[in-house]
Amino acid sequence: MSRDYRGASAIVGLGLAGMGAAPGFSAMELLGQAAVAAVADAGLRMSDIDGVFAATSSHAFPTMSVTEYLGLRPRFFDGTNVGGSSFELHLLQATMALEAGLCDTALICYGSNQRTAGGKLVSMSEPQWHETPYRPRHPITAYGLAASRHMAQYGTTREDLADVALAARGWANLNPDAFARGPLTRDEVLSSRMVSDPLSKADCCLVTDGAAAIVLTRADRARDLHERPVYFMGAGAANYHRSIAQMPDLATTAAVDSGPRALAMAGVGLDDLDLVMLYDAFTINTILFLEDLGFCPKGEGGRFVQGGHIAPGGGLAVNTNGGGLSCVHPGMYGLFLIAEAVTQIRGAAGERQVVDCHLALCHGNGGTLSSQCTAILGSEVAL
Amino acid sequence: MTTPNGPQATFESHLAQGRFMIQRSAMTGEHVFYPRVLAPSGATDLDWVEAKGTGTLYAITVNRGGDGSHNVALVDLDEGVRMMSTLPAVETAPIGARVKARIEDAPDGPRVVFDLLEDAS
Repeated sequence: MSRDYRGASAIVGLGLAGMGAAPGFSAMELLGQAAVAAVADAGLRMSDIDGVFAATSSHAFPTMSVTEYLGLRPRFFDGTNVGGSSFELHLLQATMALEAGLCDTALICYGSNQRTAGGKLVSMSEPQWHETPYRPRHPITAYGLAASRHMAQYGTTREDLADVALAARGWANLNPDAFARGPLTRDEVLSSRMVSDPLSKADCCLVTDGAAAIVLTRADRARDLHERPVYFMGAGAANYHRSIAQMPDLATTAAVDSGPRALAMAGVGLDDLDLVMLYDAFTINTILFLEDLGFCPKGEGGRFVQGGHIAPGGGLAVNTNGGGLSCVHPGMYGLFLIAEAVTQIRGAAGERQVVDCHLALCHGNGGTLSSQCTAILGSEVAL
Repeated sequence: MTTPNGPQATFESHLAQGRFMIQRSAMTGEHVFYPRVLAPSGATDLDWVEAKGTGTLYAITVNRGGDGSHNVALVDLDEGVRMMSTLPAVETAPIGARVKARIEDAPDGPRVVFDLLEDAS
């Protein structure tokens, strides 16, 4: 049964590159640097990689491009692209492939130079014919629509959204690798230029460069490769729609299904979690996912984030790297959620370290609140 | 008389002739939008019916940019299906407002847009 994958694999290597701005480097060059760092972190050679998992914003066939660039000869590969949630899904798929003996050492990787290549979010997403006549500017149009609905349905306010941005900046100020650091006031967030009502510029994620890579292997090998393996505990996915007009309820995402699936596989409850990493492409995302994953009742997300509850020193450690809002967001952010969870579980997060961080939830979001993939990672203590 | 076209082309052809048509399954009674070859229930006996044109504003945002601003709306038609559209006559409108469809000749071709219904029924 699905519980068999609990603890079956472990992350033994992590690499990051080009976080923030990396002028002069292509997306693949940054990805390559992250992959080299991840493989070295695992004490392996690049030629040991025999499983490749990749999705990017700039390659139609990402596993082929990665394989060629890194000089690999993988025997298993998967390029499933479900947007920013791809990498949480890749954790599950890589674990299945490892467990099945289809590969022994898996590389999950991503790289982008969106900031220096133009400063706009790059997407390979094709227009939807039934939306095109109305000139939506996705993704923000879709998230603005969802925020408008959440406000109308539950009384969520722009001040609540601002609290999400302020919490993210608070964490970023503890992270030397975060791109957007420095003081940020509620007034500055609220007076930020409106982009897609009710979302202003300060409600939007950064557009940065950046690359990340992780090395995953079967748990029985993990301790030989890294002194602090980070174990795969469980994952779950859910998807109801592609285009925002087809989302059944704009104030409820498929995270209501992906979260319980991941928790069930991991055999843990929300109270067991030490760290919660949520894909915050826009401030409304954090509120939606806190509700849909069950941290607060539906409609209470706005009130949940008030008073610094998810900021440093608050009741729940959320997006401790500073999130897509203030740390890094190179187009598809999902692998950076996992990178922060690994860093925290290893106890290597410096000033922002969560005390006794043994169990983390990473929630990836792809498309226009479309694909929802939740993964749970843990230390040896959590096994 | 059967049409050689698929549902998307059929919808667009109706629109070009000034008709806002949506699909309906005779067996289940459910309406379908956007047009496709099967209903969410799986029903495939889809016929074309004229939309009543009335609906309720479900969500709305205003895209603001250097080249001006326009709203993008999601409207729940009274038949029970949702579509993306716009309310060209207003900057924005309250969610829950009653709206009425009309066909507008936009630069890229005809499209279904909505106006606020003054007489709330």
